[in-house]
Amino acid sequence: MNHNHPVYTDNDPQSELVTLNLGPTHPATHGVFQNVLQLDGERIVSGVSTIGYIHRAFEKIAEHRPFYQITPLTDRLNYCSSPINNMGWHMTVEKLLNIQMPKRVDYLRVIVMELSRIADHIICNTIIGQDTGATTTFLYLFQFREHIYEIFEEVCGARLTTNIGRIGGFERDFNEVAFAKINKFLKEFPVALKEFENLLTRNRIFIDRTAGVAEVTQEAALEYSWTGPLLRATGIDYDVRVSDPYSSYQDFDFEVPVGTSGDIYDRYLVRNEEMWQSLRIIEQAIVKLKTEPKGIFHADVPEFYLPPKQEVYNNMEALIYHFKIVMGEIDAPKAEVYHAVEGGNGELGFYLINDGGRTPYRLHFRRPSFINYQMFAPMSEGMLLSDAIINMSSMNIIAGELDA
Amino acid sequence: MEETTLNNTIHVKLTEKFGEKVTAVSEPYGLLTFVTYKDVIVNVLSHLKEELKFNFLTDITAVHYPGKDHGIAVVYHLHNMVEKVRIRIKVFISEQNPTIPTATTIWKGANWMERETYDFFGVKFEGHPDLRRILNMDDLGVHPMLKQYPLEDPNRVDKKDEFFGR
Repeated sequence: MNHNHPVYTDNDPQSELVTLNLGPTHPATHGVFQNVLQLDGERIVSGVSTIGYIHRAFEKIAEHRPFYQITPLTDRLNYCSSPINNMGWHMTVEKLLNIQMPKRVDYLRVIVMELSRIADHIICNTIIGQDTGATTTFLYLFQFREHIYEIFEEVCGARLTTNIGRIGGFERDFNEVAFAKINKFLKEFPVALKEFENLLTRNRIFIDRTAGVAEVTQEAALEYSWTGPLLRATGIDYDVRVSDPYSSYQDFDFEVPVGTSGDIYDRYLVRNEEMWQSLRIIEQAIVKLKTEPKGIFHADVPEFYLPPKQEVYNNMEALIYHFKIVMGEIDAPKAEVYHAVEGGNGELGFYLINDGGRTPYRLHFRRPSFINYQMFAPMSEGMLLSDAIINMSSMNIIAGELDA
Repeated sequence: MEETTLNNTIHVKLTEKFGEKVTAVSEPYGLLTFVTYKDVIVNVLSHLKEELKFNFLTDITAVHYPGKDHGIAVVYHLHNMVEKVRIRIKVFISEQNPTIPTATTIWKGANWMERETYDFFGVKFEGHPDLRRILNMDDLGVHPMLKQYPLEDPNRVDKKDEFFGR
């Protein structure tokens, strides 16, 4: 008997389909979005995704905010890796303004971005473990996200929605405590990650649940504009950090892991390997920082970089620049720019049109979760409900990024 | 400038094929940008995909320029992953009758991007399989990203541009 296409007699009480509302506040969806599924027993016959439950009109709000006030909005896109969004936005504006960053700032940014990539992947991979029944792995590794947040706290004062850095650099230099915490993390995390891998990677139950489930071909992934670990799990080595390097990623030696079949197991492996590669990048960045002149944490662009408060109160020029930046009166070229960074889930793009006004004329976010997620309903057809749940976890759909 | 020569080659090839339908070519920040028309947009996109290897649809969005004859620009970003080139295509369509053929026949992933563009700008993608609102509620009634809908209380006077010499 083919379980995908069960045959029923006319009087079979099971011949009716069941409608299941998976979400919007279902504990298994890890976010506020809804799928209306038609179930035949445990198998999904068809599904319709309904999204927009936490739509906050960021693109509209961004048209009414000066550049520096848009950073807090980007925090709330993918709130699991806010610093990448912040940096992506800063770099978009810097590209518009033609600001060259000092190498030291680039390396500091790389450290922060790679830490947040690790935080993002920790969430996704531990939750795949959690949803396949391995709560232990979730508890073991998840505390390291806390350690990463402590580093962010040391760098910028915030933990989740970081608002880290400024247009033109950082608001302050990394202090000794931050470096100490980073070094401590670099020492402790590999041990825990190895333990995590030991628990899951060759675990028979985990492999049975994930290998061969939700396989995606390269053609389908490209057709649906997938990016990030999902695309790389199918075997396409597209990574914005390599194909279009920003923030001096070309100075670093790292590999882009790829999978073969695009199934959930491959996605898990790709994300795990990316965490190892991120660790490598951070280690290299720490070494490179030693040869850079100390104390440089922003570019020398007083007309675009918010001056420190002390300067504003005591220095006429700083006060003028502060006023102009806060009121959106900076001299930005009338142009349009697209800048992409490799976010936790894929290519995070910022399409900015500036018409010389106080605010962007138009700002569009290319949000990887939004674009990746549209394949969820079509690919769920014929899948078991429990497989669809871990498929959703492995896509790492973040509601904030989905809905903007 | 290696990138510029590559962009030139693409520009020459597009002009050979589409002639005067490819206009306003520019290169802001190294990204080849041109304007085309809605009667050929599907041909342009599929030509770019099949012949010039722009296999990846990065994004579809729109921009509203009120007061112009063709006040809504639909913007496509494509990406050639092998040669690492991006390209931006714009189509200006009229505000009163914002219709454009769908790109879902070329990329399935265009589906939600076009739904989002419809939701926020009211652009009707002809031939789209499922053109419904996606982020806003179904009975919203307006397309909120159009410039005539203000964000804040219009009675607020402290944020008017005229106070800042504009």
